[in-house]
Amino acid sequence: MTKEQRLKKRHSAERRFRLYGIASICVALLFVLILVNNIFSKGSSAFMKTVIDVEVFYDPELIEIENGASEENIREADFYDITIETLLKSYPAKNLDEENELIDLFTTDAEIEIKKAFLENNNLIGKKINLEITSSDDIDQLHKGNYPRDLPEDRRRISNFQLKIYDTLVENKKINKNFNNYYFNNGDSRDPELAGIGGALVGSFYSIIICLLLAFPVAVLASIYLEEFAPKNKITDFIEININNLAAVPSIVYGLLALQILLATIQLPRSTPLVAGITLALMTLPRIIIPCRASLKAVPPSIREGALAVGASKFQSVFHHVVPLSLPGTLSGTIIGLAQALGETAPLILIGMVAFVVDIPSTPIDPSSSLPVQVYLWSESAERGFVEKTSATIMMLLSFLIVMNFIAVYLRQKFEKRWN
Amino acid sequence: MNFVLIFLIAIFSLSLFFYGKSKTRSISIQQNIKLKALPKFYGYYLVLWCSIPSLVFLLVWSLFEPVIIKSIIIETAANQGAIINDKNEANLIYEKIKAIHLGTYFGELDTILKESALSYAKFINLFTNSKIVLIFGIIIASVIYSLKKIKNNNKARDDVEVILKGLLFVSSLIAILTTMGIIFSLLFESIKFFSVINIFDYLFGTNWSPQRAFVSDASAITTAEYEELKDAFGFVPLIAGTSFIAFIAMFVAVPIGLFSGIYMAEYASSKIRKISKPIIEILAGIPTVVYGFFAALTVGPFFRQIGESIGLTVSSESALAAGLIMGIMIIPYISSLSDDVINSVPQSLRDGSYAVGATKSETIKQVVIPAALPGIIGSVLLAVSRAIGETMIVVMAAGLAANLTINPLESTTTITTQIVMILVGDQEFDSPKTQSAFALGLTLFVATLILNYIAQRAVKKYREKYD
Repeated sequence: MTKEQRLKKRHSAERRFRLYGIASICVALLFVLILVNNIFSKGSSAFMKTVIDVEVFYDPELIEIENGASEENIREADFYDITIETLLKSYPAKNLDEENELIDLFTTDAEIEIKKAFLENNNLIGKKINLEITSSDDIDQLHKGNYPRDLPEDRRRISNFQLKIYDTLVENKKINKNFNNYYFNNGDSRDPELAGIGGALVGSFYSIIICLLLAFPVAVLASIYLEEFAPKNKITDFIEININNLAAVPSIVYGLLALQILLATIQLPRSTPLVAGITLALMTLPRIIIPCRASLKAVPPSIREGALAVGASKFQSVFHHVVPLSLPGTLSGTIIGLAQALGETAPLILIGMVAFVVDIPSTPIDPSSSLPVQVYLWSESAERGFVEKTSATIMMLLSFLIVMNFIAVYLRQKFEKRWN
Repeated sequence: MNFVLIFLIAIFSLSLFFYGKSKTRSISIQQNIKLKALPKFYGYYLVLWCSIPSLVFLLVWSLFEPVIIKSIIIETAANQGAIINDKNEANLIYEKIKAIHLGTYFGELDTILKESALSYAKFINLFTNSKIVLIFGIIIASVIYSLKKIKNNNKARDDVEVILKGLLFVSSLIAILTTMGIIFSLLFESIKFFSVINIFDYLFGTNWSPQRAFVSDASAITTAEYEELKDAFGFVPLIAGTSFIAFIAMFVAVPIGLFSGIYMAEYASSKIRKISKPIIEILAGIPTVVYGFFAALTVGPFFRQIGESIGLTVSSESALAAGLIMGIMIIPYISSLSDDVINSVPQSLRDGSYAVGATKSETIKQVVIPAALPGIIGSVLLAVSRAIGETMIVVMAAGLAANLTINPLESTTTITTQIVMILVGDQEFDSPKTQSAFALGLTLFVATLILNYIAQRAVKKYREKYD
C-alpha cells in the first residue's frame, strides 16, 4: 500500500466515523419526531366528539312533572320513556332488534343529556326542541375515520343496519362534531364516549401540590445545611452518600415503601392524592436537593464574606444574601423535580391509584387517579375509543411538562446571575 | 380536630411574636438597658418555643394513637369473648367496631360488638381529651420557660439560630430516614418471606408462578406444600428476563448514545450542539408510561406484522419491543454523561495526538476514549441500573408469564413487572405471594445500589484524575 492509499483510507475512516455520529443523533431526533407525531395524530381527535341531532318532544303523557317544576323534582323525575321515544324517532326501525341497534348508536347518558336540557329551561313540557345527543363510542370512532368499514359484519362492532342509519344521518347532515366537554369534565367511565380526565387532573393537581409543600421546604433547608453549615465529618458524608443513592433508587421501590409504611403501618387512606403526594415528595426530595446544592455552591464566597465583614451572623449572611441569590437555580431545580413527579406512574399504581374512580375528588383524601395512571388504565382497555383518549391524555401530560420545563429554563435564564 | 389544634397553635404563636417584640422593647425602655438582640428575635424565640415542641408532640401522637387504640380495642374485644384467631380476623373486628362508632355499620350487631363499640368511643374520647390537655400543657410549659428567658434579656438571636440550625439538620436527616424506611419496609416483609421460602430455593429456583401459591396455614407448611411453594418462587427466570431486556436496551442505547455524545463533544459546532442536545434530552423527560403506551400499542404490533410477513411468530409482547423502546429512553442518559466526560478530557492529550499526525477520529478512538473510559463505563452502569429498575415500559409492553428464553421475539417478564402484577388490586397482607413482591423489591434495591455505587465511584475517580 502506498502512502497515498493509506492516507486515503485513513481519511475515509475519518468520514465514516463522523457519519456514525451524525447518524446516531439523527436516529435519536427521528425517534422524538415519530413518537410525538404518533401520539398527536392519534390523540388530537379526542378533543372533539360526535353528536347526533335529534328532535326531543317533552311529551306530557310520558313525564310526571309539569312546567316550572323545581330543580329537585326534575332531578328525581324519570326521563327514560322520553329518551327512548326520542331516539327511536330518529330513524324508522322495524322490529325490536333494530330498535335496540338504533338506541345503541347513542351514548348511555342520553337520558341525562335530555334531562339537562330540561333543567336549563323548565318550560319545555309539550314543546319540541332540537338537541345534539352525544353518539356512542362506535359511531364516534366511525365518524372520525378510526374504524374500518370494510371488515366483514361479524368482526365489526357496528352492524350493517347501524351503518345504514349512520349513512342516512350523514346524508341528512344530522351528525356533527362538537367540542368534547366530557373529556375535560368527567371522571373515568367504562364507556369511552363518557370517560374524561377531570378526576385525574384534580388528583394530579392535589398530589403535586402536596409533593411541593412537603419536598420544597425540606429540600431547601437540607441543602442549606449541607452546603453552608454542615461540618465535614462522617455524618455529613453519610447523608451525602444517602442522598446520591436515593436519587437513583428505582421509583417502584418508593411505591413499596409507601405501601408498607404509609398504608400498612400508619394506615392512611388508600388510593388518595395525600398518600401519592407524600410518596412523590419522598421520591423527589433527593432530586431537588442535588440542584439546590449546586445553585448554592455557585454563589461566590465573596458574597458571604462581604456580609460577615459588616457584622452579619452566619445565619444572616446565608438567609439574607446567599439564599436569595441562589433562588432562581433552586426554583428551576424544584420545578424540574416536580415535572418528573408529575409523570411518575409506578409508585402510584402500588398505592392503589389504579382503582376505578368515577367521581371527581373534592379533597386530597378522596380516592382518585392521576394523569399518568389514567394513561396506564386506559391503555389496558380494549375499546378503540380509549386509544384516542389515552393519546389525548398523553398530549395533556406532555404539554404540562413542556410548560413546567419552559418556566424552569426561563427562571434560570432571566434571573440567575453569572459570576465570573 | 388536628387542623383545629394546628390552627390554634399558629394563632397563639403569632400573638406571642408580637407580644415578645413589644414586651422586650418596653423592658429596654423602662429599665433603660440595651437589649442583646433586636426585639423581633425575641418574638421569633417565643414562636419557635411555642410551636415546635407542640407540633412534634402532635405528630408523634397522631402516628401512634391509631395503633395503640387498635391494640387496646382488640384486646378488650377478646376479653369479652370475641373469637380472634389471626391478624385478619382482628382487623375485621376492628373495622366493624370503627364502623359502628361512625354509624356506617349495617351488619348484624351482637353484644360483644356493641360493648366494644362503646369502649371504642370511650377510648377515642379519652385519647382526644388527653391529647388536648397535654398539648396545652406543653405549650404553657415551654412558653413560661421562654418568657422567663427573654425577661432575663438572653441572647435571643443566637438562641434562635441554634434552634434553626437544629431544624436544618433535622431536614437533612430526612434523607437518612427515607433510606431507613425503605430498608426497613423491604426487609420486614422479605424476612417473613424468607422464613417460609429458603433463600437459596428463591435465588436458584427456575420457576416463577406466584399465582399458584396458595397456603392454607402459613405457620405450618408441610413438606409437600413446601415443594410446591418452592416451585412457585424461583428467581432465575425473572433475573434472566430482566437482564435480557436490559441487554437489548443497552444494545440500542450504548452505540447511539455514545456516538451522539462523541459527536456533540468533538465535532458539533456550538450551534448544532445548542439545538440537538436539549432535543435529545427531551427523551429523558418523557414519562415512562408514554413509552410504555407507544411500545405496547405501536411498536409491539408493528413487529408482529413484520414477523408475520416474513413467516416468523412474534409475540405482541416481545422482549424486543420493550427492550428497543427502553433503549431509546436511555439514550440521553448515556449521551449527556459521556458528552460531559469526554469534554473534561484535557485538550493537551488531543494536541499531543494531532502533533504526531493522527486524524481526529484516530485521536478520539485511541486517545480520548481510553482516557475517558472509566467515566463512560460509569455512565453505562448508571444506565443499566435505570434499565433494570424501569417499570412502566415493561409492565405495559413485556409479558406477564415467566419464560426462561433467549429468543427476543418471545415474551419474557421482569422483576418490576412481577412486583406490579402481585401488588395491583386487593391483596391479603400476610401471604407469601404478597411478601414475595417485597423480596423482589429488596433484590432490585440491592442490585441497583451496587451498580450505582460502582458507577459513582468510577465517575468520581475519573474526575479526580483530571481535575
